[in-house]
Amino acid sequence: MQINNEFKPKIVAFCCNWCSYAGADLAGTNRANYPADVKIIRVPCSCRVNPMFILRAFQRGADGVILCGCHPGDCHYTTGNYYARRRMTMLFSMLSYLGIEKERTRVEWVSAAEGAKFAATMNEFVETITNLGENKRLEDLRCKK
Amino acid sequence: MRRIGVFVCHCGTNIAGTVDVKAVAETLGKEPAVVFSTDYPYMCSEAGQNIIKEAIKEHKLEGVVVCSCSPRMHEATFRKTVQAAGLNPYLLEVANIREQCSWIHKDKTEGTAKAIVLGRAAIAKVQLNTPLIAGESPVVKRALVIGGGIAGIQTALDIADAGYEVDIVEKQPTIGGKMTQIDKTFPTLDCSSCILTPKMVDCAQNEKITIYSYSEVEAVTGFVGNFSVKIRRKARYVDETKCTGCGVCTEKCPVKNVPNEYNLGMDNRHAAYIPFAQAIPNVAVIDAAHCNKFKTGKCGLCQKLCSAGAINYEQEDTIIEEKYGAIVAATGYNPISVDKYDEFAYSQSKDVVTSLEFERILKADGPTEGHLQRMSDGKQPKTIVFIQCVGSRDTSGCGKEYCSKICCMYTAKHAMYCREKYPDTEVYVFYIDVRTPGKNYDEFYRRAVEQYGVHYIKGMVGKVSPKADGTLHVQASDLISNEQLHISADMVVLAAAIEPDKSARPLATMLTASMDTNDFFTEAHAKLRPVESPTAGVFLSGVCQGPKDIPETVAQAGAAASKVIGLLAKNKLSCNPCVSQSNEAMCNGCSTCANVCPYGAITYEDKDFSRRKDGSMIRRVAVVNEAVCQGCGACTVACPSGAMDLKGFSTSQIMAEVDAICK
Amino acid sequence: MADLKEQVLTTSGVNPLKCMRCGKCSGTCPSYDSMEYHPHQFVYMVEKGDIETLMKSESIYKCLSCFACIERCPRSVEPAKLVEAVRLTVIRQQGQNHLKPHQIPAMLDEELPQQAIVSAFRKYSK
Repeated sequence: MQINNEFKPKIVAFCCNWCSYAGADLAGTNRANYPADVKIIRVPCSCRVNPMFILRAFQRGADGVILCGCHPGDCHYTTGNYYARRRMTMLFSMLSYLGIEKERTRVEWVSAAEGAKFAATMNEFVETITNLGENKRLEDLRCKK
Repeated sequence: MRRIGVFVCHCGTNIAGTVDVKAVAETLGKEPAVVFSTDYPYMCSEAGQNIIKEAIKEHKLEGVVVCSCSPRMHEATFRKTVQAAGLNPYLLEVANIREQCSWIHKDKTEGTAKAIVLGRAAIAKVQLNTPLIAGESPVVKRALVIGGGIAGIQTALDIADAGYEVDIVEKQPTIGGKMTQIDKTFPTLDCSSCILTPKMVDCAQNEKITIYSYSEVEAVTGFVGNFSVKIRRKARYVDETKCTGCGVCTEKCPVKNVPNEYNLGMDNRHAAYIPFAQAIPNVAVIDAAHCNKFKTGKCGLCQKLCSAGAINYEQEDTIIEEKYGAIVAATGYNPISVDKYDEFAYSQSKDVVTSLEFERILKADGPTEGHLQRMSDGKQPKTIVFIQCVGSRDTSGCGKEYCSKICCMYTAKHAMYCREKYPDTEVYVFYIDVRTPGKNYDEFYRRAVEQYGVHYIKGMVGKVSPKADGTLHVQASDLISNEQLHISADMVVLAAAIEPDKSARPLATMLTASMDTNDFFTEAHAKLRPVESPTAGVFLSGVCQGPKDIPETVAQAGAAASKVIGLLAKNKLSCNPCVSQSNEAMCNGCSTCANVCPYGAITYEDKDFSRRKDGSMIRRVAVVNEAVCQGCGACTVACPSGAMDLKGFSTSQIMAEVDAICK
Repeated sequence: MADLKEQVLTTSGVNPLKCMRCGKCSGTCPSYDSMEYHPHQFVYMVEKGDIETLMKSESIYKCLSCFACIERCPRSVEPAKLVEAVRLTVIRQQGQNHLKPHQIPAMLDEELPQQAIVSAFRKYSK
């Protein structure tokens, strides 16, 4: 448990409906704790996540973005996660060019049965982001009122 | 701005325990668009749903947000609720404040704050939801059953009974599967063939059922209600329509040394053969790999002798293509190879047999014509040792991690049978645990011990060594008396673990059905949807889903059939309306989306955008087939011009969620 | 006592909880009859933390280190490693070597199989 005045990161997690979102549900069912800083957005498949969404999140002041999908080979739509993997590889190299630490973004494969892995991944990710501190690099000041 | 209603569920104390639901309802009620906000102990209950319905009418709501459990749980429930109140069901969003909030956080302040953010995200999203209407696709009223064992047979019979056409594809020359090889069935000890063969005949005679024996599924395309399947009919070099099953070719065939699969290689068959007397279809097969005609070109005896003129050496594999509304996987199992367990000397002695081989020895049409004999010298064994869990519950890498479930019972059956028919035989069963859940199962096992005097010994055999005098020296531990036993046995029977048939994995790939690490098909829900695959339109029957005995297999086969009937009874299926949509004004016809679509749902057409002023303008634009699109969204990201969007998960909706979360 | 168990578990790297009590280790053990505590009991007693009894028993020196139990255990529990670990615990407590290379008579070297010497060192030295 963190103390109130400590830095609380804003973390957006995109989870595919079939594996990772179900994995996150399972983490809940198993009461596997992870910090409240993580907020999940449900998408049908990891391949629905447009790199734009991640840029937008950073613009709006997110400190970390994680994309979770089915394990390679297990995609509900057969090949969606391969697309996601390729797109994110491209995006992440661009982000590091823009000066965003590569630890702030991540792709993880979490199956519907891996509630424990989901919680562990989130715990670890939140810790990484907390150590990195606030992300100011891409923040769009016009969005801040 | 839409008029939004927010409904916060307590879920008893599940949510209310770590989230201040009143505060959530109050805070979200102050959001600009929200005109009504409340909380209730059980939103999914009838009373809770009525609150939503009344609020929609009273406050003229144009969007509903329910803060409750996971949408995977109750989204469908609440969609029905809002629909009942006259609102489009897709104008609803669920904020998951149970699984992803109250259950994982212990601190109430944190939990409440997070629930508010999740609620805001849902409000932001629902602002942009569009009313969606589910499309429809037709259902082909025909089912395919892959595998013709007892599971496939029962499923096919039940589907045919309901009046639908069914095709069975079986890779062996006959249907019947493993059950044809079994002598007696526990716990009633009725004869396996006597209860199975009438069902096989029923299949053959039922005009709704078509049996494709000696055939394999080659390719599957399409989707629920509309699968297209290619089936390879392997050449049997015998015309099925002409062969009368008289058996002359199988008797006169000069090649007599082919290992007989039906007897697990314990005796030989001819190159022209009918697997067993009650085979369905009762049609001969010529085994081209062993037939002299195929190997040397010299023979042709069967063709000369066949009075029906059914033999055709020119026959080739044919591929047929059929349309199906539903597919049932019933691919069954095989015992594992026990060669890896060299401590049990399986490959060193003919008198060490697997349980299925022992079953063949006991059965009247087996290699010994039903006489209990040693395969080495034909003598009747006086001491038999049964070893349980050979390869089951084994994490060492040689075997399978799971319990094969059926072995305890069939071993009790074998042991009992030996004692009954040959009372002078000493029978030892080495067990780790005796697992007999099932009606009359434990009574059956106890009967083997109490009535028939089978020696059940808690412990495992460490080593079986064949001796020069033909006996087998069995060294084992007795954990209860805490001693090491040395038994001189005449026969050792290994209860080999069972594993899914090797054909299951490639089939699962064709069906895009998921499998577990042991190659068993995964069910859509372990408890509530046990006979359906997560892939719509694919159903599971029998051991391909997990180890089970005959009664359970038949029960599951019937359950799978009823699910298939439920599907085929519909004339149309409503499709998921959350599918891709191309904005033709923005589409430039580049084909990028069609290339990434895993379903081939996107086609192109030339569309006339001519206006009087500008003259003629015809552009190539993408069109999504809503029945085929599954809504993954791959195309939406690939589209370079931003013309593709996914209904229900549109770019603007997700952006709005991102904004709300990062605020 | 708990420390001893911890030590045995660390030195052996064995998790006795993996044992499903099938007794195949004892079924396969060639020196079963000369042992007071048999391989499956070793696993159980280590799990219970009853290490001192095992340390006092002759059984730990009766184990041939043939590893048949390791080879055949269906759950990969590796009982022989536990026996080995208990032996090591005894030796460490005594703080001395039972067997030193110079103690082996020169004339034995010729006839003794290499494996036996290695095995003897493993058993009786630090």
